[in-house]
Amino acid sequence: MQNNRVPSSSRPGLAPHVRLTFDRAREQHVLLGPESVLLLNRTGADILGLCDGQRTVAEIVDELQGRYGCVPDNEVQNFIVRLVAKRCVVISHG
Amino acid sequence: MDRPLGLLAELTYSCPLSCPYCSNPLNLADYRDELTTAEWQRVLGEAQELGVLQLHLSGGEPLQRRDVVEIVKTANGLGLYTNLITSAIGLSRRRAEQLRVAGLDHVQISIQSDEPAVSDRIAGTPSFERKVEAARVVKELGWPLTLNVVLHQQNIDRVADLVELAEEMAADRLELANTQYYGWALRNRDALLPNKAQLERAETVVRAARERLVGRMDVTYVLPDYYSQYPKPCMGGWGRRQLTVTPSGDALPCPAAHVLPLPRVNVRKDSLAWIWAESPLFQRFRGTDWMPEPCRSCGRREIDFGGCRCQAFLLTGDAARTDPVCHLSPDHDIVVATVQAANEEKGPSEEALVPRPHRGRTL
Repeated sequence: MQNNRVPSSSRPGLAPHVRLTFDRAREQHVLLGPESVLLLNRTGADILGLCDGQRTVAEIVDELQGRYGCVPDNEVQNFIVRLVAKRCVVISHG
Repeated sequence: MDRPLGLLAELTYSCPLSCPYCSNPLNLADYRDELTTAEWQRVLGEAQELGVLQLHLSGGEPLQRRDVVEIVKTANGLGLYTNLITSAIGLSRRRAEQLRVAGLDHVQISIQSDEPAVSDRIAGTPSFERKVEAARVVKELGWPLTLNVVLHQQNIDRVADLVELAEEMAADRLELANTQYYGWALRNRDALLPNKAQLERAETVVRAARERLVGRMDVTYVLPDYYSQYPKPCMGGWGRRQLTVTPSGDALPCPAAHVLPLPRVNVRKDSLAWIWAESPLFQRFRGTDWMPEPCRSCGRREIDFGGCRCQAFLLTGDAARTDPVCHLSPDHDIVVATVQAANEEKGPSEEALVPRPHRGRTL
């Protein structure tokens, strides 16, 4: 449960109880959950936007690389692991 | 200045329960002139524009308002994440289904104890079975469920059983929150404040439960600040992250702040934007400029913001003093004496509890 990495082949998706939305007042994406508000930077918002339960972690990294040229694999990994620990992202395998 | 993240909407102080630790004001009768549906809807719109992202519907018992479904619908339309904080009395299947359709995001149910008889006694009314049933409906309808238990002398020894109950109910979150001493709780403090041995046992149980339940259920534990070395960062700082609107429209930086001798502001008269940014009430303790020593030169001044203004006022008579909970406060002896008394007294003193009166519907 407490791994520092998620397998590149796993498919992360938003937990059913959280909502990714754009806050017009702050001009920033936010992730809302029971008793939690996460203000997201652009990278965070992009990663979560791709966490659709269909794409694998590897595909998310590829997609972001296509968009921005250089995306460290670690950054995506760490972010997803952090959100899994907060139960904002759920991982399905295979 | 930051924008507020959350609005605590206290829709009504009417409540079918009469818990002796209720944080509602002692002068409940002064809040009968409740905001109308349209007034709440306007306030929600103003809150959203101001940057509020989460709406906590509370009271009293928010389900005592007939228009709660309508209010949720409006909030949902504005994109707010909506959280119902309820005793579950009034959460029938039909009402729950209506709230689900209206877009309610999350339900928090309070339970007074894992033992039905004790829960009913503390709540002042037979309610345990209905809470269990309502929790079942909440899960069935696919909501995330938080179970909230206010801990005190008379139920803190049952933390392990409370965790077990939360597991049976398939709660997603369990909040074990030691009583905070405001409102009715302050009046009943001697009968509520646990002793040190009780706290240590509870903390051991909580630590183990947290480890065991990782990834399945979040267990949060709110320390009783009387036993802490430093004060809590009350509301994340005065006028910084949260605001409260009372049933009659008073806007407050914290739900306990009605006790402070400060000029009132009301959403019936002023816009939420003005109240947040400009009103003397919201500016009074914002930031660090107002701080006395030892806060002013303290390395923790941006961590705990001097603690709780209401607690400082309730314990010292001066809201601008350091929270006496802090071991550096010149008034810390007040808290030390209270804690000492709690550790000398023998056995629980149930008889001393003054129940908060319920108040029937007025709207």
